[in-house]
Amino acid sequence: MSTDTPSGADANDEPTTEADLVARVEKLEEKVATLETDDGDDGKKMTIVATQGSFDMAYPPLILASTAAAFDWEVVVFHTFWGLDILHEDNSKDLKLSAVGNPNMPMPNALAALPGMDAMATRMMRKKIDENGTATIEELIDLSLEQGVDLQACQMTIDLMGYDEDDFYDGVTTGVGAATALQHMAESDVQLLV
Amino acid sequence: MSSEYDIAEMLDVKGQSCPMPIVKTKQAIDDLEAGDVLEVVATDSGSISDIRGWADGTDGVELLEQVEGDDQYTHYVKKTD
Repeated sequence: MSTDTPSGADANDEPTTEADLVARVEKLEEKVATLETDDGDDGKKMTIVATQGSFDMAYPPLILASTAAAFDWEVVVFHTFWGLDILHEDNSKDLKLSAVGNPNMPMPNALAALPGMDAMATRMMRKKIDENGTATIEELIDLSLEQGVDLQACQMTIDLMGYDEDDFYDGVTTGVGAATALQHMAESDVQLLV
Repeated sequence: MSSEYDIAEMLDVKGQSCPMPIVKTKQAIDDLEAGDVLEVVATDSGSISDIRGWADGTDGVELLEQVEGDDQYTHYVKKTD
């Protein structure tokens, strides 16, 4: 194919003058500038919806949130239903692991359903976490807040559970609902439901 | 092995597991000046992959070297701007 003969598609276009080209380049430059501004400094955004409040399920959203913040990502964690207990200052220190319905538990369900078994399973897990040098829930919440993670407590669930806004850790965002969560999800590069 | 670099600060995260080595590294880097090198000493075997991934995905830091010892992992991270 020859490169010096203006033929094919170009030949069908209107004649291109230098002024046209300059105008087009200017337009494109403007567009690129807008796109770059819109995208910030390539910063990513993540929104996690945390719906579970058992001891084991409190960890993944907090670990991911604090790690993403270390990447300088903008992070929102929207806590709803049982996930709200993670942010509840008193309840978060007493989250429990369920011994029932977990096939990986070293005991049959019939036994796991006996009184005191959840407490025992939770104690075992806490001990393991401590021995492994894994952070506590409280530490991860503090770290996340310190790093600018927006920990949000769903207002509808606060009302439903009869909690007070003062029950939550300092720095937790209240007065937000599903629409806020959706807005953040729509703006995010990563969205997770835990 | 640390003599190879001019270490501005040493961060000890021995005994701590994911996500602490990363989060603490990030916090330590934030407190340093451009050009400073941070030495991170960890026992978490996941820190090799995690610190590499974090440094790759984060602006303003450069992973200089990772040294695997006996149950100990030493990372050298430079703050570039």
